[in-house]
Amino acid sequence: MPPLLQLENVEAHYGRIRALKDVSLEAAEGSIVALLGANGAGKTTTLRVISGLLRPTAGAVKYAGQRVERLSAEALVRLGIAHVPEGRQIFPELTVGENLRLGAYTRRDRAGMEQDLQRVFALFPRLRERALQHGGTLSGGEQQMLAIGRALMTHPRLLLLDEPSLGLAPLLIQEIFRVIQEVRGQGATVLLVEQNVHMALSIADYGYVLETGRVMLSGAPDQLRANAEVQRSYLGA
Amino acid sequence: MRQSLFPHPKSLLLVLAAALLPPLLGVIPGIPVGYVLYLVCLALIYAIVALGLNLLIGYAGQFSLGHAGFLAIGAYASAVLTQRFGWPFLLALPMAGLLTAAVGFLLGLPALRLSGPYLALVTLGFGLSIPQLVLWRGELTGGAGGLRDLPPASVLGLELRSESAYYYLVFLVIVALTLFARNVVQSHTGRAFIAIRDSEIAAQAMGVNLTRYKTTAFALSAFYAGVAGSLYAHLIRFISPESFTVILSVEFLTMIVVGGLGSVSGSIVGALFLTALPEVFARLPVLKDFKNLFIVVFGAVLILTILFFPRGLAGAWSTRTRPIPPPAEPAARPQEAV
Repeated sequence: MPPLLQLENVEAHYGRIRALKDVSLEAAEGSIVALLGANGAGKTTTLRVISGLLRPTAGAVKYAGQRVERLSAEALVRLGIAHVPEGRQIFPELTVGENLRLGAYTRRDRAGMEQDLQRVFALFPRLRERALQHGGTLSGGEQQMLAIGRALMTHPRLLLLDEPSLGLAPLLIQEIFRVIQEVRGQGATVLLVEQNVHMALSIADYGYVLETGRVMLSGAPDQLRANAEVQRSYLGA
Repeated sequence: MRQSLFPHPKSLLLVLAAALLPPLLGVIPGIPVGYVLYLVCLALIYAIVALGLNLLIGYAGQFSLGHAGFLAIGAYASAVLTQRFGWPFLLALPMAGLLTAAVGFLLGLPALRLSGPYLALVTLGFGLSIPQLVLWRGELTGGAGGLRDLPPASVLGLELRSESAYYYLVFLVIVALTLFARNVVQSHTGRAFIAIRDSEIAAQAMGVNLTRYKTTAFALSAFYAGVAGSLYAHLIRFISPESFTVILSVEFLTMIVVGGLGSVSGSIVGALFLTALPEVFARLPVLKDFKNLFIVVFGAVLILTILFFPRGLAGAWSTRTRPIPPPAEPAARPQEAV
């Protein structure tokens, strides 16, 4: 079976600055794939290319056997790609419930939406308690839950998570990572961008290390952990 | 989700009271009924612009300093159509709205790439250019002298020459446009506007088409201003480039900030308040000798509002009017600290 997601020699620019050079990676259906690397390595850019927020200047993005690098973000959401952007980006003036409903923006199947709403509330009971509160009044951890919940409302087949642990307390990070595993258990494929390499490798099936816009290294978590370069740069060994 | 036309009994009462305004004014001795009704018409016309501007700024988060330009386009379109081409007013009114909406759509295109101060500058430039265009095409627009003796508004052969007749026309239009605005903000489109305002990135990631909704917001907002322009032209029955200066655009902006950004009723309250204000000042002893004092007062009102009523006048006396969907299941778990 071909992988659900495949990037082939992708190149991307911000204006004249090249952010990605010759990036190739893949994610098998139902797996968790970690994208690691320092600031500015191109992790966020890679996610933006996949979700259609940024057009690649070269290369191919294949999703479910189809070339998608020319499709709009809107079309990709409909195809099942959900992006939880960096910094959460929830809608602060809307209630938690309204935020979640906006996640289902492209959907018309009421029954399925209701089902997904219950699924999100089951994954994050806290969100049900806070359903009537404005998004802006939530704590950082709750906002991250909301951002993930909102993305799950699109009923994604591929979930792109950008730094979900950023700025959260250790207990909350564990909670978020528990949910990521649960979401995968329910059939979704997860592409996870993380600075927290320990945590990311503990749940990932495969990992890629980016450096200045290129894939420097890839492998199973054990291989990456054993790599001297990874140990020195990211694991503080 | 169907909603009743008037979700609050209060607003129904308000509409009834407004409908009875002309006869009620007639009862009070010593009031120049005609002039007061003329002012109320003007205030309601500005309120229509404010409604549209609030959809654009308060809901969709896209800035405009050029709404006097849209008002001018609607006014000139309606004036030229009725006076030069003999269109009936009842056709010219929606046509003025649609033509202005088309221009609004075009102005929405740069908004796809610009935001904040840059968008403000583009719309400011637009607002400044419209009076210049009017001067340039003098043979059609009357140039600096303006267009005089515009035909009075008529509905099905009935000429609305009296202030109270015109008041009812404006009143009907604003009731319709208010209900329409209410529906828009509670619709799919309204949620897309709010999403774009709060976070463009997240809106896009949720599948909201930025191009479509930003241009829609501009077109919709311009439609309101265009309809208002038509009503303005046939109220005053004289228009000239001087009626549509940048100051007026700033006044519209002040109206929605004072009334309440992201509030349909606030737009109307703000417009009524700020149209009445200079009239009140012009009648006060001593102060009336200061010409253009009202501009200073506008500034002061704006600052005081931002300081003390950040949600505007509408937000000051109703904390929240937007219906909230109840959660699917009541929370049964005890609250935990995070």
